[in-house]
Amino acid sequence: MLLWNLCRNPYKEPLKGTVLSAMNKESSLDILRLMLDSRFFEEKTEELFKAGLIHGTTHLANGQEAAQAGLCYALEDGDWIVPTHRCHGFTICRGSDPYAMFSEMFGSIHGLAKGLGGSMHMPDSSHWNLGSSAVVGSGVPLATGIAFWNKFQSVGNAGFATSSFANPKNYPQKPVKNISVAIFGDGASSRGSVHESMNLASIWKLPVLFYCENNQYGMSASSDKMISSSSVASRAMAYEMPGETIDGNDVLKVIAAVKKACSYIKAGHGPYLLEVMTYRTKGHSKSDRRLYRTEAEEKMWLDRDPIKLYEKKLVEEGLCTQEEIENLEIQRKEYIDQKAQKALLDSKDRLSECDVEEMVYATKEDRE
Amino acid sequence: MITFREAIKKALSDEMSLDSQVVLLGEDVGVYGGCFKVTGDLYKEHPNQVIDTPVSEEGFTGMAVGSAMMGMRPVVEIMYADFFTLIFDPIVNHAAKTHFMSGGQFCCPITVRLPEGSGTGHGAQHTQSPEALFQNSAGLKMVAPSCPSDAYHLLRASIRDNNPVLFFEHKMLYFVEGEISKEPLEIGKAKVLREGKDITIISYSRAVHTALETANLLEKDNIFATVIDLCTLKPLDCTTIRQEVKKTGRVAIIQDPNGVGGIGAQVCSEICSDMTTFKSLKSPVVQIGGKCTPVPFSKDLEKTTVPNALDCASKIATAIKA
Repeated sequence: MLLWNLCRNPYKEPLKGTVLSAMNKESSLDILRLMLDSRFFEEKTEELFKAGLIHGTTHLANGQEAAQAGLCYALEDGDWIVPTHRCHGFTICRGSDPYAMFSEMFGSIHGLAKGLGGSMHMPDSSHWNLGSSAVVGSGVPLATGIAFWNKFQSVGNAGFATSSFANPKNYPQKPVKNISVAIFGDGASSRGSVHESMNLASIWKLPVLFYCENNQYGMSASSDKMISSSSVASRAMAYEMPGETIDGNDVLKVIAAVKKACSYIKAGHGPYLLEVMTYRTKGHSKSDRRLYRTEAEEKMWLDRDPIKLYEKKLVEEGLCTQEEIENLEIQRKEYIDQKAQKALLDSKDRLSECDVEEMVYATKEDRE
Repeated sequence: MITFREAIKKALSDEMSLDSQVVLLGEDVGVYGGCFKVTGDLYKEHPNQVIDTPVSEEGFTGMAVGSAMMGMRPVVEIMYADFFTLIFDPIVNHAAKTHFMSGGQFCCPITVRLPEGSGTGHGAQHTQSPEALFQNSAGLKMVAPSCPSDAYHLLRASIRDNNPVLFFEHKMLYFVEGEISKEPLEIGKAKVLREGKDITIISYSRAVHTALETANLLEKDNIFATVIDLCTLKPLDCTTIRQEVKKTGRVAIIQDPNGVGGIGAQVCSEICSDMTTFKSLKSPVVQIGGKCTPVPFSKDLEKTTVPNALDCASKIATAIKA
């Protein structure tokens, strides 16, 4: 139970062993900008919901910014992500326009999915984002499929071969250019689809990063009550891939861990399981009254707010001043507000009923 | 002459030769040759494109969906159609909704081969015909050929289609022989197999053979029947259905699976909801389907779960004379 104890205990010690010293001011502020955009996006979303301007529900990721921004910052162009239903942070950090994201939630034609998806569905092919499955754990086989495609394009059959009697596990491992990331939560880690995907990825050495964003709760179900093993990462052993649990509220640790995992995967060694420990400080969705956890626990994690921790670190290391951070915060908040405002102004532009019916089937021209 | 089984293999092989992005995924589809010996030595002709999987229907079907969204054209073989329960999530929640929910950014050209139907003595979990359970899922297409030529052309069309297509192949048809027509058959087109003036019999898959036999029996009674093979179950070819029903003013639907909420019920609805077709009817629609029980193992009992031509002919003759 060592890992669980680790994640349940307050992190009182300062962040150590991070890669900050190797970074310059510009890149360290880029990381902060991603986290701030995610946070301000969620705050604006909550405000719009409370004002009754958005239909349906939403899943906010406040508190998980390091896990989401850190992953996206560490990826390269061409690396695909398949996020969870709590997808705003991943989407914004992968490069999508917040205007198109707000528009999606307003249900307008300017949304990433033309208003047909909503808060949980923000695919963006131009930013290597397949969009989320709103069926918890079902995005994982899809991401494994992207890895299958990646490997098939780069090394053909090696690793799958039916034609020879050799065991594909023993084939030479060839490097691949890009990876895909199967993002899932602690709740999804109990899904059969996740385990089947891990087995498939392992036997064929598929270039996929299984990225478990462990935010401690699957809706109200606490992960230490629902998961049999001491950690999700420890399950990697069963599939003969590396598994690692890291502090997901330390963005620099996340970046370092993802980069390490990516280089392992790209070398052709196969899948990798990374579990990032974080906490969703808001409820599961807008209707959650959070009766299943204590205020003390929430406070403990609020004190470990990933943005505050990172900002403190930046100032301590002398990479920027408090004033510079405050200016950036004001600037990013304004940027997000303006995107929301414009999306709201354009929110009446809808697909017609006829257009909606035409979206059901792809046509011949969609792919020649 | 070519068998239904060989026609499926030929379609796979021809598509694989044409496009390196066509792959077949499934259990024992490689060296073993497929549970029903459909793939045979396909793995020798296309060593890069025939891939044996572990017993992980949900996992590898979901994986195929993801790869289809990226540009591949995977074909998934589900050993027995009964295991459809395991692929409902990737197919219904994901493949079927991909184009729609991505606002048209992605499409999902996956083909799922589903060997279905009773007659093999495999018991109730290996003999179902599950098409009814998929038919109200928007975004899917479904085909169910009854002869080698249609199997060949429809499988090729399914692979080329940019949407998810469920390909239902009745296990009792594997030995049926025929020539492959030079005329391709498109998805969405029904075929008129014979024409008669008295009644239009509508059927699909193996039951088409029951329908043809029924028509022959009826002829002895001086009742002349048109027989339509639906070929595509979704979207239905309502134009052909209505046109042929209007010509005779009477209609019988024969299908192997039980009729509750089935394809036949949908065909009936398409007939009755169209005013001119409905007005042309001289008598109620005759619905003949399998029994609403799980399929029994015992050979004699198993036979009784699907309609036979004698019963069909007698029901139709009674309805016409009433």
